[in-house]
Amino acid sequence: MRTLRLGWLFFRVGSMNELQYRANFFIQLLQSSVAVVTALVVLALVYSHTTELNGWSKSELMVVTGIQILLGGVIRTTIQPNMERLMEEVRDGKLDFALTKPEDSQVLASVREVRIWRSVDVVAGAVVLAYGISGLEGGVGLDDLLLFVPMLAVGALMIYCFWLVIATLAFWIVNVWNIIELFDGLYQTGRWPVSIYPGWLRISVTFLVPIAFAITVPAQAVTSRLAWPTVGLAFAFGAALFAFTRWFWHFGLRRYSGASA
Amino acid sequence: MTAPPALPETSRARAYVDYYLTRGRTAISEQFQYRVANYFYMIGMVAEPVIYLVVWTTIADQQGGSVGGITAGQLAAYYIVWTLVRNMNIVFTPYGWEWRIREGQLSAALLRPIHPLHDDVASFAGWKVVVIVLWLPIAAALWLIFDPTLDPRPIEIAVFAVAIWGAYLIRTMFLSILGMITFWTTRVSAIFELAIALELLLSGRLVPLQLMPNWAENLAYALPFMWTFYFPIEALVGDWSNAQLLGGLAAQAAWTLALTGLTLFVWRFAVRRYSAVGN
Repeated sequence: MRTLRLGWLFFRVGSMNELQYRANFFIQLLQSSVAVVTALVVLALVYSHTTELNGWSKSELMVVTGIQILLGGVIRTTIQPNMERLMEEVRDGKLDFALTKPEDSQVLASVREVRIWRSVDVVAGAVVLAYGISGLEGGVGLDDLLLFVPMLAVGALMIYCFWLVIATLAFWIVNVWNIIELFDGLYQTGRWPVSIYPGWLRISVTFLVPIAFAITVPAQAVTSRLAWPTVGLAFAFGAALFAFTRWFWHFGLRRYSGASA
Repeated sequence: MTAPPALPETSRARAYVDYYLTRGRTAISEQFQYRVANYFYMIGMVAEPVIYLVVWTTIADQQGGSVGGITAGQLAAYYIVWTLVRNMNIVFTPYGWEWRIREGQLSAALLRPIHPLHDDVASFAGWKVVVIVLWLPIAAALWLIFDPTLDPRPIEIAVFAVAIWGAYLIRTMFLSILGMITFWTTRVSAIFELAIALELLLSGRLVPLQLMPNWAENLAYALPFMWTFYFPIEALVGDWSNAQLLGGLAAQAAWTLALTGLTLFVWRFAVRRYSAVGN
């Protein structure tokens, strides 16, 4: 409850800050449109040569694309800005200000920043997702949608954990930016169902970087492909990853030596 | 203040060659210091072609081994050579221009008795040498994993070796012109993204152009983008005749000249709008 209140407070402050720069909304709208149109052109190109990709029809892949864009928007709205600020503050010692506050340090480090205009991507992704769903043969059942929402939430949680683990590495390594570059590249793998990738890559983007859980699994839910063992595995892996992340955060925090003292 | 006496033509040319060699050398030693950072960057970039390769190979396999007449082995060769061409194509970005204009970073460069563009071209060219060395192990790994079909003739290798530098120059000029828009407005990210998206689709970066619809392929041939991705890759991977290969190099030279001229033209007007920040 307290966590939610804290998050809401920072969300309001961050939004008010960003609302001063309304022109940025239109810039973001243009950029998101370019990205969505490009993604759709790529899909059209692929499906001009085939009617299905590894068992996935065009509408089903549009569902995957929609989820990838939507989740990318979530990452860039909240997760990435917070983690970038965290890495910066570990380096220059400003994390002192967060650690001395009487709140849970991990919660505080995770909710301080919000870039509301980037959530345009969340809307854009949702539109693509809805369009994909509307083209599905046989439509989508209520039970599928009920499964989709928690799977997406668990997936987003895993992506958050991944980012926090990387950001926590900043307590040991000063320059973790390069790993971020790596993530951006790997996130693009989420555009396609992970089943098309060769084994080594599939395992990497499932367990090392949980992109498969975050994008392919929710897409499987929508397209009635999801098997119950996968659901169980996603919840178990999500819980384990979250526990590890929390432990790792406190472990890393002990290395923190404050501002050039 | 009197202008310094003009240098005779020959020593002016030698001064430029000297400048390029020295700046290239310092760039090489600079970048070798950051080999680990460079490596992370390059490995992150490999994700993109691997994704394209896997997608198109999947389609080719579904259709009995080839898509649009291109076999899985040829696709693998295309996207492995792609990784080197892409690395050659990394130049001073429009976002870099935005930063240097917005923050007034251009001031020092403007004081030097040499066009700032020379520094961009020379330093990135030096970095390319480092990139090529670091690329070799990556290429070897991709080669083992994806088993490409590649059997170039000597002239194809020679044309490729020239064409990657042509691609480098064309893309430098294209992105410089794009970046110089920042002299007029600082809200440029949407324009950049649009240009990069067009380039992605029409350059052969996304797919070999044969897989595009005919009208798009024809459009691509009328634009500079394909000479920075598709042509260098195809020179090595494809089956072009000698005349076609040399014609390609000529087209690259023409685009390089045209875009360099345009860059210098835009620069003349653009730099007048520069108002250094800070002092």
